[in-house]
Amino acid sequence: MSAPILKIENLQAKVADEDLQILRGVDLELNAGEIHAIMGPNGSGKSTLAKVLAGHPGYEVTGGTATFEGEDILEAEPDERSQAGIFLAFQYPVDIPGVSIANFLRTALQAHAGDEELDLFEFQDLLMEKMDLLDMDPSFAERPVNDGFSGGEKKRNEILQMACLQPKLALMDETDSGLDIDALQIVANGVNKLREDNPEMTVLLITHYQRLLNYIEPDFVHVIVQGRIVESGGPELALRLEDEGYATWQSEVTEEVG
Amino acid sequence: MPQNETVQDLQLDEYKYGFVDEEQHVFRTQPGLSEEVVRQISANKDEPAWMLDFRLKALEVYESKPMPTWGGDLSTLQETLDEIYFYVRPQDKMERSWDDVPANIKETFEKLGIPEAEQKVLAGVGAQYESEMVYHSLKQEWEDKGVIFDSIEDGLKNHPELFRKYFGTVIPTADNKFSAMNSAVWSGGSFVYIPPGVELETPLQAYFRVNQERMGQFERTLIIAGEGSRAHYIEGCTAPVYSTESFHSGVIEIVVEKGAHFRYTTIQNWSNNMYNLVTQRALVHEGATMEWLDGNLGSKLTMKYPSCYLIGEGAHGNILSIAYAGDGQHQDTGGKIIHAAPNTTSSIVSKSISKGTGRSSYRGLLQVHDGARNAKSNVECDALLIDENAKTDTYPYIEIDEKTAHIGHEATVSKVGDEQLFYLMSRGMSEEEAMALIVRGFIEPIAKLLPLEYAVELNRLIELEMEGSVG
Repeated sequence: MSAPILKIENLQAKVADEDLQILRGVDLELNAGEIHAIMGPNGSGKSTLAKVLAGHPGYEVTGGTATFEGEDILEAEPDERSQAGIFLAFQYPVDIPGVSIANFLRTALQAHAGDEELDLFEFQDLLMEKMDLLDMDPSFAERPVNDGFSGGEKKRNEILQMACLQPKLALMDETDSGLDIDALQIVANGVNKLREDNPEMTVLLITHYQRLLNYIEPDFVHVIVQGRIVESGGPELALRLEDEGYATWQSEVTEEVG
Repeated sequence: MPQNETVQDLQLDEYKYGFVDEEQHVFRTQPGLSEEVVRQISANKDEPAWMLDFRLKALEVYESKPMPTWGGDLSTLQETLDEIYFYVRPQDKMERSWDDVPANIKETFEKLGIPEAEQKVLAGVGAQYESEMVYHSLKQEWEDKGVIFDSIEDGLKNHPELFRKYFGTVIPTADNKFSAMNSAVWSGGSFVYIPPGVELETPLQAYFRVNQERMGQFERTLIIAGEGSRAHYIEGCTAPVYSTESFHSGVIEIVVEKGAHFRYTTIQNWSNNMYNLVTQRALVHEGATMEWLDGNLGSKLTMKYPSCYLIGEGAHGNILSIAYAGDGQHQDTGGKIIHAAPNTTSSIVSKSISKGTGRSSYRGLLQVHDGARNAKSNVECDALLIDENAKTDTYPYIEIDEKTAHIGHEATVSKVGDEQLFYLMSRGMSEEEAMALIVRGFIEPIAKLLPLEYAVELNRLIELEMEGSVG
């Protein structure tokens, strides 16, 4: 077995300008090509974990380590992490008025290409290929990024970006939130197609609900409560959560703290 | 070294042109403004008596008017004005050597990818430009159609009646202190006449006149778009105008006759010691359309409010402006629309970007006169702040004397937020690239109206401005 692609040890983080600790020692290992789901109640730190791994400036790491392909990533800027192959699909994608998706992606891919000039024809081919794969109309790429998009369109835009940037590790932060069942299926299908295309892509799914896992089947499921992973298991763990909720672990943690 | 060759070339050129008499060669007026200076300018241009008269009266008006106390900070302007030369004969300006052009300006030219020949023209060290062939064929086309596109000096010499009929009628000398100053000391600029019914596909670009008097410190431009004509005039370009002068005060007068359609585009990027105080106005007749597309970058202080006087029924005025205020800069810009006839329509879209300690102010006047029934106007001003210290303010003046007017006004201020930056950076862009992309998106509604090469240059220029803006 080769070394894990992502290894997190005792990771602790707080809100940058406040005295609010959120992650209290997270341990997690992901091997290349695996799909992991992290589930937890509101405020458990699951979204924070994704953001901290992507380098969100709103959080400050207060302890522990995170290595990606053996390299420490916690000191790297968000753009460096992206270029290393980490992608965060946002829970709330941000509007960039006046910038078309095509232009946005071209700029991002140019940044990934570094000093080498991005070939515009190759870019166009790549974009068309990925839009085709995700059943998207080519006109979508001409729309300004997330500006006036519906919830479903925003999430599909995230998947398109993921498809074009071809990350090694995709962090999907509550990609299912705010989606009706049709939109959820479209997004999940997109992720599955990308996985078929690139089985080596590792995925960390952050979700509150089990229903996404009906469409994207995880290899492992982890439960996070109050900033710690309290249980790990296979897909059956998600089903158990569906029935029992988080009450069992929440009381355990409370006792421990008290 | 190529740079040394350049210097030698220039010296040879000057010799060839026979500029051997030092006295004649470096003609300029003494510093500051006086009646004698005005007389010298007029004499040097060999002007008719009426123009000298016009200038002298303008000087009186200038002296009688107090320094404006609104707008930007002009408290130390008088000191600058006492020191500057109000007139330097244009060919003498060419004697500046390429070596004297500051390294940062050269670097910017390089980064913009401007060809070397053009760089020299822009820096004021070269007199010829390779596109002369292009210019000549266009010139032939224009001449065939009866279009006059000349320097303002040649306009006065060669078309005295036409010139006198319109000169000073759109912007009277006494309009404001700086229009009075310009009227006294103007030099350089364009004279354009488009005969009735003539439509020009290719924009008239002041750029093509580079080997004549181009953009002076006190440029004066007069444009007459004849009935039913259609044309686009482009002044300046996005490359930084390198000037050792610290004061620029232009007057641009445009008459848009019945049913004509005229667009005036200017994107200017001044060095950051510059006071840039410009008056530009169009008289828009019945059923005619005037569009100002105005971009202001650089300078220490710019005060510039392109205006449309809608004096004929159904006239339409459109003002689009972009201002970029970097560290220590104040862009006080906007627009002015006067609805003086029925069924006139107008729109102002103003976008400003403030970075560092820069400040952008939108100042707009919208007037609907009594009797200008069913006037419609929409004003939109959007400000983007790049960081914490940047400032923006809005001064919309609206005076409506007509009940039937429909007026819309909308103002937004947005800040480049951490979340926006993080989103772009998480896609691999550096902070600077992310900022530049956000800014490009912000000005896109205006940039898309520019001719392609200008839009490209404007975008590249903004990227350069953003460089080093983040720590």
